[in-house]
Amino acid sequence: MKFKRTLRIAWEGLTLNKVRSFLTTLGVIIGVASVIVMLAVSSGAEAAIADQINALGANLLIVGPMRGMPGASKTMVIDDALAIEEQVVGITGISAEQAPPAQDIKANGVSLEAISVIGTTADFPDVRDYAVADGRYFNAVEDDRKAKVAVLGAGIAKDLFGEFSPIGQTVTVGSTKLTIIGVMEEKGIVSDLDYDGRIYLPINLVFQKYITGMTLSSDRVKTIYVKVESQDKIDSVITQINVLLAERHDVDPAAPDFSVQTQQDIIATQEATTAAFRDLLAWVAGISLLVGGIGIMNIMLVSVTERTREIGLRQALGAKPQDVLMQFLLEAIILSLVGGLVGVILGVGGSYLFNALGTMQTRIVPLSIPLAFGAAAIVGIFFGYYPAAQAAKLEPIVALRHE
Amino acid sequence: MTALIETRNLKKIYGTGEATVHALAGVDVKVKRGEFVAIMGPSGSGKSTLMNILGCLDSPTEGEYILDGRVVSQLSREELAEVRNQKLGFIFQAFNLLPRLSTLANVMLPMLYNPDEEVSDDEARNRAVASLEAVGLGSRLDHLPSEISGGQQQRVAIARALVNNPPVILADEPTGNLDSKSSVEIIDILHKLHDNGATIVMVTHEPEIARHAQRVICVRDGLIISDGHDGESECMRSY
Ligand SMILES: Nc1ncnc2c1ncn2[C@@H]1O[C@H](COP(=O)(O)OP(=O)(O)OP(=O)(O)O)[C@@H](O)[C@H]1O
Ligand SMILES: [Mg+2]
Repeated sequence: MKFKRTLRIAWEGLTLNKVRSFLTTLGVIIGVASVIVMLAVSSGAEAAIADQINALGANLLIVGPMRGMPGASKTMVIDDALAIEEQVVGITGISAEQAPPAQDIKANGVSLEAISVIGTTADFPDVRDYAVADGRYFNAVEDDRKAKVAVLGAGIAKDLFGEFSPIGQTVTVGSTKLTIIGVMEEKGIVSDLDYDGRIYLPINLVFQKYITGMTLSSDRVKTIYVKVESQDKIDSVITQINVLLAERHDVDPAAPDFSVQTQQDIIATQEATTAAFRDLLAWVAGISLLVGGIGIMNIMLVSVTERTREIGLRQALGAKPQDVLMQFLLEAIILSLVGGLVGVILGVGGSYLFNALGTMQTRIVPLSIPLAFGAAAIVGIFFGYYPAAQAAKLEPIVALRHE
Repeated sequence: MTALIETRNLKKIYGTGEATVHALAGVDVKVKRGEFVAIMGPSGSGKSTLMNILGCLDSPTEGEYILDGRVVSQLSREELAEVRNQKLGFIFQAFNLLPRLSTLANVMLPMLYNPDEEVSDDEARNRAVASLEAVGLGSRLDHLPSEISGGQQQRVAIARALVNNPPVILADEPTGNLDSKSSVEIIDILHKLHDNGATIVMVTHEPEIARHAQRVICVRDGLIISDGHDGESECMRSY
């Protein structure tokens, strides 16, 4: 087989200058590895976002003031939430939430500054799939009565009481003393919110004690979460909420001052962001692969010049232009394929390592492996062809006389 | 017997206008099968130019070159490569061994480019070893060119020229870079090849070397000025 022979000649050519061959391949190795790692990183980021949003709970609708509409944030009030709970068919619960300014808190001799306080209705743990780990959540009656009770996020509980149970203890939030009745389970950071670092109070207590200076509209809510019975009722529930709130706010349903979003909507928005991020990374990685290719071309051109006499001699001994072309083209292709292979191994290994070390959540995109490897092969052919053609064009006598 | 090598009005012209050089100004030469021919002449007379054309490394500006019954001056680059591989064995003044390959690998090189026949690895190796043994280097197979003497390097080059059994051996000043003792070794080998039936064309500056040939062709200013069969030509006396 003629090809096998040429392959061997090319391989010999490369192994005779191992250090240079290695350095040349390095460009491709880095290019291919970065394509795989970068796609794995952005895909991992997407997965993380999807996980987090799903962690909010299944079949959840998020009702809030229309973003960017002046005055819209003033019109949504706690009574809207109660109306939804009473009148909309097909829901299992609602959780209205309001966040007053951060408060300093004190308990067990420990003070914490600027802690997020969230006022919620009683169904909050249920609607948000966020269970109480110790003690209990407040009930609707306590909320109505503005009972002075608090439920701590897991992190806050730990900061204030260490390993001891805080149930029954007192916590001072701002200037009000509250009794701790529960501690939430650990949830971590979801969509940039540190659930464990917050403290949960009855929303009516929050209206009374922590929303100050805006007495007229102290029953405003930031978000109403609505848990729908099942996936197939989502559309109907959205329609009912739209009609109900448009009527209550006295606005045109076509231009509402509120919005009803599904988790899918939110995921889609987030994905658009990560897609842009992923495209950017792919470009960067692609360019580094291109740079690797130019490195190969550079070295091959040097190599052809350096080995002009060798080319002349091979021609004198019977090498055809085709043989010379193939020899140098194969050298370039071998360099890029070996580089591609090592790059794939490093890229996959690196992605796993990032994940294992917890540096970043990564998820290897299976398609990225043939993609990066194929790109490396194309780079080898593309950038190897020109130097190889230069070598094949040489006249034997000119090449032999080259100094 | 017809000629193995025949040229008709061979011309090689370099440059244009004022700077035109007629490296070959119309050379007619015939070499029969089994002849041992020496080409002599002063520096710049066109000896190497002629050899390169005979070796199909260069093409003439004008004229015809017929090798073994084939008009090679009209062949494509691919066909010329085959002719070089099959019909011609080269010996250069500068040896032209690949420095990073062993002597054995150097001798095996031409077989990498054999056009039709499939030479197996074992056969290629055996042939290369036989070729190296024929020049007395059977014990130097794995040495690099830098590890052996100049005379030995030239013998490796001869082994390489022989390995494909070409009908014609071309040598351009094969002893030009060697001391007299090594030169004698080289000329002895060429002699032996000739005795075994090889056709040899050799360029040399040295009359003692040329004396070994049956026939001395003298070139001056791109023309043949004498062509003697007795080694006592005018050209040799003029040196
Ligand atoms: N590539 C070239 N371009 C221009 N002129 C050339 C070229 N090659 C050879 N010549 C000229 O052709 C003439 C013949 O050169 P050639 O090398 O054949 O001489 P030679 O007989 O081999 O000389 P020497 O004994 O020094 O080797 C010289 O005048 C040389 O300058
Ligand atoms: Mg010369």
